[in-house]
Amino acid sequence: MRVELKDIRKYFGQVKANDGINLTLEPGKIYALVGENGAGKSTLMKILSGYQPPTSGEILLDGQTVQLHSPADALAHGVGMLYQDPLDMPPFRVIDNYLLGSNGGVRLDYKTARAELEGLAGRYGFDIDVNAMIDSLSMGERQQLELVRLLAGGAEVLILDEPTTGISAEQKEILFESIRKLAREEGKTVILVSHKLEEVQDLCLYAYVLRRGQLVGEQELPCLNEQLVEMMFGQVPQRTRRPAFDVGEPVLELRDVTIDTYQLTVPDINLSVRAGEIFGFAGLEGSGQRLVMQACAGLTQPNQGHIYLNGQDVSRWGYHRLQANGVGYVAAGRLEEGLVAGLTLTEHLVLARPEKQFFIDWKDNAQEMAGRIEKYQIIGRPETTADALSGGNQQRLLFALLNTPLKLLLLEHPTRGLDVRSIDYTWQLLYKRRDDGTAILFISADLDEIIEHSDRIAVFSGGKMSRILDAHETTADELGHLIGGQE
Amino acid sequence: MNDAELSQGKPAGTQNWLLRLWPIVPIIAALLFTSGLLLLFNAGPLESYSAMWTGAFGDANKTFSVLAFWIPLLLASFGLLITFTAGLWNIGIEGQIILGAIFASWVALKVDGPAILLIPLELLAAMVGGALWAGIVAVLKTRGKVNEIFGGLALNNLAIILTNYLISGPWQPPEGGSFRGTTPFQEAALLPRYMDTRFSPLSLVLAVSAFVIVFFILRGTTWGLKLKALGKNPYSAFLLGVRSERETIMAMMFCGALGGLAGAVRVLSWFDSLRQSISGGIGFLALLIVILAAYRIFWVPLIALFFSAVLNGSITLQLRTQLHSSLGGILTGVMVLFVLLFGSAKQLGIGKTKQVVSEGAPEVTYSPADTIVPGKHGGD
Repeated sequence: MRVELKDIRKYFGQVKANDGINLTLEPGKIYALVGENGAGKSTLMKILSGYQPPTSGEILLDGQTVQLHSPADALAHGVGMLYQDPLDMPPFRVIDNYLLGSNGGVRLDYKTARAELEGLAGRYGFDIDVNAMIDSLSMGERQQLELVRLLAGGAEVLILDEPTTGISAEQKEILFESIRKLAREEGKTVILVSHKLEEVQDLCLYAYVLRRGQLVGEQELPCLNEQLVEMMFGQVPQRTRRPAFDVGEPVLELRDVTIDTYQLTVPDINLSVRAGEIFGFAGLEGSGQRLVMQACAGLTQPNQGHIYLNGQDVSRWGYHRLQANGVGYVAAGRLEEGLVAGLTLTEHLVLARPEKQFFIDWKDNAQEMAGRIEKYQIIGRPETTADALSGGNQQRLLFALLNTPLKLLLLEHPTRGLDVRSIDYTWQLLYKRRDDGTAILFISADLDEIIEHSDRIAVFSGGKMSRILDAHETTADELGHLIGGQE
Repeated sequence: MNDAELSQGKPAGTQNWLLRLWPIVPIIAALLFTSGLLLLFNAGPLESYSAMWTGAFGDANKTFSVLAFWIPLLLASFGLLITFTAGLWNIGIEGQIILGAIFASWVALKVDGPAILLIPLELLAAMVGGALWAGIVAVLKTRGKVNEIFGGLALNNLAIILTNYLISGPWQPPEGGSFRGTTPFQEAALLPRYMDTRFSPLSLVLAVSAFVIVFFILRGTTWGLKLKALGKNPYSAFLLGVRSERETIMAMMFCGALGGLAGAVRVLSWFDSLRQSISGGIGFLALLIVILAAYRIFWVPLIALFFSAVLNGSITLQLRTQLHSSLGGILTGVMVLFVLLFGSAKQLGIGKTKQVVSEGAPEVTYSPADTIVPGKHGGD
């Protein structure tokens, strides 16, 4: 299906998220849509997938002007979008979820649905157990399922929004292979929205580059990464080299910590993180690294063993007590776990500040917030609400809300979904934290990031923690082996 | 979503003006709907409404009755503003009002003393009673994972049963239990009333104080902000440092205390003894008032007054016309339905300050899309 977008504009108040975008997508080709955070990629794709209407502009499918009123409506017109977070319903079986998505009659026809589902899955090399519960599936499997659902719904145009976030390398290969097949053999139009330029180069034939709501470039792929980056940013950002730093005394120590949940057992964790040290946790999602981090934050309690903070046993301390004693925690889901949609930046600051007044001095807090906005380069104002910020700015806000000084900073995926420049800036901020003697423990799915920024690394696989690696002497290959459970 | 977008095109002034008058729209719609209903029963709407008006404000006595009924509605509504802010559905407010009435009655029946001592003691007891009842619901929620709606409903029933037991058992009048009420309280125990009416100026002082206190809690205190965060996103609030359990219990108990005060005003000025249906649904009415007011404190007194007038007026309506007095109930019920029908106030961007409505347009358009569409997605 040929897609033409004509002069698409989307304004949110003063903000021009899309400012007159024209582009054409031919069937049978895989396109990339790239740009830094807030460039307008998501907005444009949400418009094309019927999630939100444009302020003005036209969408043409095979030469026909269409109005897309909802994602379901868009799918009926042949446009399907695979979201970054799959939107299926966790407490269902795969087959039920599939049936829910298809417009059937009153009676549920399990037999036909099963045949359809397995047929489609087989065709694209997906291995889906139709009777499995959705919440037992990995992120990659859920995506496969969602893709099958879109295809069954008659999607001719597929929009993939950061599809490789949180999935394994193996699943990524399967996904990419099936996408190539869809484009080459079945003539589907595919649009990949991604920050990962390697993937874009690997998969796509043509790239559209957005900057500040406008289309600033088109490029045949593959090309040099620098060419794309230059279009995205106007200039190639300099990655700061890691400043050298002498680490101090141990801040965090885990001794024989065992965490047992109904899903996973994490046995016998022993590690220590020293003042000023940056410690990285690698591993596939759900391998136990998050449980260990939450135990350190006081959000879950270890079943056995002890956790020490500056030599003090804090194994039974709750989150708030640790927070008051210099432990900072930044979770991965910004608006779900950390920020409150609808509250202003200043209101967040009031809640996060350790010293509590009975009556709020709004003027003083707004001033303080304005100062932090400047310091952390947040694009927003004290009276802006947190949900009106872009992803990168939400992340900066979370960092701005952390107290100073901290003994220990725990971070889950600190740069997930950020563009190159924001990632760089985030790490500069984190390096500054080391000067206060803050020990940093972080989880990342990006192996290069872990190797580049950590002093030491531990890899989790199926709940077990590997030996502790020196980041300067390890390679992505070695980590890859450990992630796969090989020693 | 479309509404918000369309209105962006209009000058900001028009939009604010519309938003400010928002509660009027469902009220007018409900009046029109009820008029249709009246015509169906061959009753003249104008005649009926004028009968209601006379019933509510026909003479000084009636007007003071409306005011006397208004006060407990206000007290309960102000309490509910706190729980709604914290994201809690305090259906148990009805039981908290009843417990307040029971505790106040207990002091009134069992303690002898001058009014200057008795009245503060009664009010304090009522607040303790209401707060206690609300505290049980809160602890059931935080520790027992019992939703506050179910816990509240159960305790509402318990409160009614307790009242019936007290009236027909230990506190029954010497001439024998009648299921109507206890012995009338001693004169010193009753709130001083204006002339021969049921209206007590002291209760108005209580309501005004509650208004001021709740206004400042929500506007300018850290506690109010914590409750707001808790109501919008409990987990994020927790991570930001809000002690969710403690604040939940505190919010419920605060509301319970004001509910208890409402109960005290009922027994000590509207009645003169503990009665079987001491609350008579005031708590539920207060819930409707707060929803209709779109959780804005300045609208609460006006809407509560309207409810009080309609309900008092419909008694006269029954006497003058052949219509049943439940018309008042129908009118208020339909009104709330219309509020829900016209969309939740939040989606229209109400509840934000004037400044944010005109400047922060992005979130007005964002939030509905974000909340509505993903839900639809699974069902296509």
